[in-house]
Amino acid sequence: MGMLWFWIVAVMLAAYVVLDGFDLGVGAVMLLVAHTDEERKQAYQSIGPVWDGNEVWLLAAGGTLFFAFPLLYASAFSGFYMPLMIVLWLLILRGLSVELRGHVHDEMWHSFWDVVFTFSSGLLIIFFGAALANVIRGVPIGPDSYFYLSLWTNWRTGANPGILDWYTVLGGVLALLALSLHGSLYLALKTEGDLHDRCYALAKRLGPAVVIGCLVSIPATVIARPNSLANYEKHPAEFLAPVTVAICLVLLPILIHKGDELRAFLTSCALLIAMLCGAAAGLYPVLLPSTLGSQSDITMANALAGPHSLKVGLVWWSIGIVLAGIYFTTVYWLFRGKVSSYSDTYGH
Amino acid sequence: MDALTLHRIHFAFTITYHYLFPQLTMGLALLIVVLKTMALRTNDERYDVAARFWAGIFAVNFLLGVVTGIPMEFQFGTNWSEFSRRTGGVIGQPLAMEGVFSFFLESSFLGLFLFGEKRLSRLAHWGAAFLVCLGSWISGFFIIVTDAWMQHPVAYHLLPNGTYEVSSFWGLMMNPWAWLQYIHNQCAAVVTASFVMSAVGAFYVLQKRSSDYGRIFLKVGVIAGIVSCMLQIFPTGDLHGKYVAKHQPVAIAAMEGLFHSEKGAPMVLMGQPDVENQKIDNPLAVNDVLSFLIYGTTSAEVQGLDQFPRDQWPTTLPLLFYAYHIMAGLGTYFVAIMALAAFLLWRGKLETTRWVLWCLLLSFPFPYIANIAGWMTAEIGRQPWLVYGLMRTSEGYSKHVGAGTSLFTLLGFLGMYSVLSILWIVLVYNAIQKGPEETPNHEHTGTLAGA
Ligand code: HDD
Ligand code: HEM
Ligand code: HEM
Repeated sequence: MGMLWFWIVAVMLAAYVVLDGFDLGVGAVMLLVAHTDEERKQAYQSIGPVWDGNEVWLLAAGGTLFFAFPLLYASAFSGFYMPLMIVLWLLILRGLSVELRGHVHDEMWHSFWDVVFTFSSGLLIIFFGAALANVIRGVPIGPDSYFYLSLWTNWRTGANPGILDWYTVLGGVLALLALSLHGSLYLALKTEGDLHDRCYALAKRLGPAVVIGCLVSIPATVIARPNSLANYEKHPAEFLAPVTVAICLVLLPILIHKGDELRAFLTSCALLIAMLCGAAAGLYPVLLPSTLGSQSDITMANALAGPHSLKVGLVWWSIGIVLAGIYFTTVYWLFRGKVSSYSDTYGH
Repeated sequence: MDALTLHRIHFAFTITYHYLFPQLTMGLALLIVVLKTMALRTNDERYDVAARFWAGIFAVNFLLGVVTGIPMEFQFGTNWSEFSRRTGGVIGQPLAMEGVFSFFLESSFLGLFLFGEKRLSRLAHWGAAFLVCLGSWISGFFIIVTDAWMQHPVAYHLLPNGTYEVSSFWGLMMNPWAWLQYIHNQCAAVVTASFVMSAVGAFYVLQKRSSDYGRIFLKVGVIAGIVSCMLQIFPTGDLHGKYVAKHQPVAIAAMEGLFHSEKGAPMVLMGQPDVENQKIDNPLAVNDVLSFLIYGTTSAEVQGLDQFPRDQWPTTLPLLFYAYHIMAGLGTYFVAIMALAAFLLWRGKLETTRWVLWCLLLSFPFPYIANIAGWMTAEIGRQPWLVYGLMRTSEGYSKHVGAGTSLFTLLGFLGMYSVLSILWIVLVYNAIQKGPEETPNHEHTGTLAGA
């Protein structure tokens, strides 16, 4: 049961990263690729009908985490208090910028929200990347299962790290590269003309950067958390994840050069999923490792909710997720194709 | 201030602010479905235009509900971690269901509703409006199941590690407290929306512009208003009150300011509770009424605060007393003004009775105040318990998050939310000034953003 819920939460988070990842990525690169007001409008329209639904994956994953692993939710959310609050403020700013820009016709109003949009999207990506790196590296969980992490200490990993140290900053940068690539590929798919060409040119340059970033992150992870390899040695099947990552990393630059936009975007999705699965596999069955010794790790066994809750949850969760799948297919289907093909038929 | 107090203010402020938006979202979603239905049945284009106009305002309001709702979801973990750890096995359930069953539904179909009018058939577009409404009402249901479990815990058992688990899923969903609270609360959401709609209608009629639409808004607003305002008091408020009296007698005694048990207890209409000396200053009271309202007979004895140990009294008693009286007082005013407006509407004189139109126009903030006051009554009445009878508020907060940090983020939210308030006012005012006729086809970028 525990393993099932572990993977359910992991899959929901992966769905979040892949889906909201592209609209965050569009935000991060928008000022770089979209120069005129009209182009920027197209960038917003490419994510307009879907961004809120994408963001709901974060909420749904959070809710599921809450009820399946209450201890993890309680400990991690209070321990990461400050960065989470900053994430909340950024999410507020980003939601406002996407939705309110079009409400007033004024150049100043538009350019103000454009900057807010790029700033909040970019920073959010860095925070999410750093958060994942924190989970991999571990946090100073005490014997009462709680911790409180300050934003920075001495920028080194070890028993008493900060939220930001060299390793987590690296995680943030890697996330920014990977999601910028993801976002530019998506935007290229949805647009035509100059905007499309600029997205594509950016993707060509980001491709190799992502490959290098991934290669650097492997030794870095081994240094930051030496026993992350142990899990892989125990369960060789888990090597599937890094192998997939490797294949994607080879394919991605090739597909981008061939100009195969759709496949390149799908490969980018696969890359993100494989990286997350790799991270999850390296942890399992630990959920949040402690830097103060493995006896105070938060593990599946000590964080799992009661058996009856989980059984009941499985029933409604399955129904709910099928429904959500249907809604998503409907919406993505109705708003398929290039932005220009549907923007002029917008309703009222 | 100590950490506990700050965490409480933090939560109270952010939830109160959040709830300003969903109440209109839920009520307005229903009224938009009503307008769309009238459009289908009468084939009158004006109802479609009216629905489109409200959809624009709905979109801004919904956006603010979304961005202020996300912090709520996080705060259970960030500010109330010990509470989350112990009760996550129960309340995590409805909270996760809210995400899976309603947020996906709402966010997907809102895009279709706002953008799809030309791409969908009329019936399908009605369907999109209906699903948005359904989504928001389901959302309200699950959140109230959560709150109701804290007010009146049912269907749980204690696990050996000190945490709670649901023992019966249906028991949790069918918690009588939840259903009573849900109908009362949803009805209140409709009250808010109908006052907002009538106020805009009255504004247009008074300004002598868009009077066609002004009349439609007045008609729909006033009819929905009179029905919901009456249901608000009877039976929903009355039933809810009796249930509170049965299960939280100390809360009801404090709400009513009844310091001493009494047969034929009076109902205090106005007054100022003096907790030190255990009396009400300047009371304006009607004898026997309280006993009658709770037990159906004027002679029944109502338990006063003196029956309970001091450490079980709600912690901020005067605030509770005022909150309750503000809610009930405004509820009475709502019925009066809406009954008058409905009567004039029926006689065809509403548009010419300017002072009533002015009253409708100026009354739109009151339902917001009544809703906030109602929630304050419920939440402060529950004190000092976080989960009634099971867990004290002082046990639930995040012990590792310091008072200074909590104050810092509270100030951050205060600042951020001031900006949101300004934006909301500017954008809604803009939409109202532009009026229903001018809505079509201007630029838009997002899903939620109107037209
Ligand atoms: C427009 C808003 C509005 C109006 C006019 C009223 N209420 Fe209300 N009331 C609410 C909005 C509300 C609410 C916001 O919906 C509450 C807060 C929690 C809840 O579920 O509903 C609530 C709670 C609430 C409670 C529960 C308190 C607790 O849980 O401790 C009682 C006993 C009443 N109401 C009773 C009344 C009575 C007798 C009213 C009429 C005179 C009345 N309400 C008018
Ligand atoms: C699902 C819905 C809700 C839940 C689960 C919930 C839960 C909580 C929690 C955990 C606290 C902090 C502990 C405490 O001081 O009691 C609290 C306090 C409070 N909540 Fe709620 N709440 C909900 C809805 C609301 C709404 C909609 C409002 C108002 C609009 C509200 C108003 C307050 C207030 C005013 C307090 C402070 C009470 C005090 O400090 O004495 N709550 N609630
Ligand atoms: C602590 C309690 C609460 C939490 C955790 C919470 C959480 C949320 C979240 C995360 C959203 C955004 C959904 C999205 O992205 O689409 C939201 C919106 C919403 N919430 Fe809350 N909420 C709380 C209290 C309430 C209460 C008391 C009600 C009403 C009874 C309510 C009704 C709604 C509705 C109808 C929406 C839809 C969007 C909108 O109305 O603008 N919420 N809430």
